[in-house]
Amino acid sequence: MRIAYRPIVLGLLAAGFSILLLQRALAGGGHYFPPVGDPLVNEECGSCHLAYPPSMLPAASWRRLIGDLRNHFGDDASVDAPTAARITDYLTANAADSGGRRYGEKMLRGLAPGEAPLRITELPRWIREHRKVPDRDWRHKDVRTRANCPACHVDAQRGYFDE
Amino acid sequence: MKGALHEEIAGARTAPQASHPLAARLAAGLAAGLLAWPLAALAGPRDDLLAGYSSAAKKVDPSFIGFSASRGDSFHRRAFAGGKAETPACASCHSNDPRAAGRTPTGKRIEPMAVSISAARYSDPAKVDKWFRRNCQEVLGRECSAQEKGDWLSFMFSQ
Repeated sequence: MRIAYRPIVLGLLAAGFSILLLQRALAGGGHYFPPVGDPLVNEECGSCHLAYPPSMLPAASWRRLIGDLRNHFGDDASVDAPTAARITDYLTANAADSGGRRYGEKMLRGLAPGEAPLRITELPRWIREHRKVPDRDWRHKDVRTRANCPACHVDAQRGYFDE
Repeated sequence: MKGALHEEIAGARTAPQASHPLAARLAAGLAAGLLAWPLAALAGPRDDLLAGYSSAAKKVDPSFIGFSASRGDSFHRRAFAGGKAETPACASCHSNDPRAAGRTPTGKRIEPMAVSISAARYSDPAKVDKWFRRNCQEVLGRECSAQEKGDWLSFMFSQ
């Protein structure tokens, strides 16, 4: 029996291409960072501000942050030791240079190896992406701080940071 | 002999009659307990919180007689100088009206603090403790006293 290879190969190629396109679309054109999926991390990190996606910073940054929650950008955000350990585990496991590499690797471009900034807004990549945002937009009463991603990125809560 | 038998029969006759009210009382008690159980489970942690702050307040001030929701209301709105400049009062983030949503300095919505709107609040004592510790430091620049905590909670429970 003769097997018709051509339609099969063409079909597989088309399917593969569709999957690639779909993944790209689902990934929000490269501006997708999976939101925090752990309820404890969401509760502790998401009460005052957006629970920033772990894939936006390298693991060393998360370790530094959780290591000094008593002085969290001027606020006391301290938690008990077991909670801190669980949060650190989750954030470092999904960081831009570990489990979240697929989404966060691009955020680390321009960052010297071993550098561990405490703010996402200090990343060269973040600065470049926001270079066109005028000062008056940052001072707008509904924005007020660069930590307030969802003011402009309306789907940030779901992980989408498109314009 | 005859008399004893008569007594026995009489006893056998009266015994079930006597057990009826007891069984009914037991059943009623059980039913009431079952009905009250979910209510007690909900009210419990809040009452325990107030009881804890009440005994702490009595220790500090033996003349303490109880918490006041209206004192809690004015505490909620009062501007303090000891804390951070951008958050002088509880109401800075939580809004003056406890039934309304608030907003953190980073722009995140805070669900209303009033129990009538946010029924799930104040059921976890550790969480209450954590936020008093953080927020009193930010607003007053010190720990809140047991009386301040109890007054403020009484205000939120009344709303």
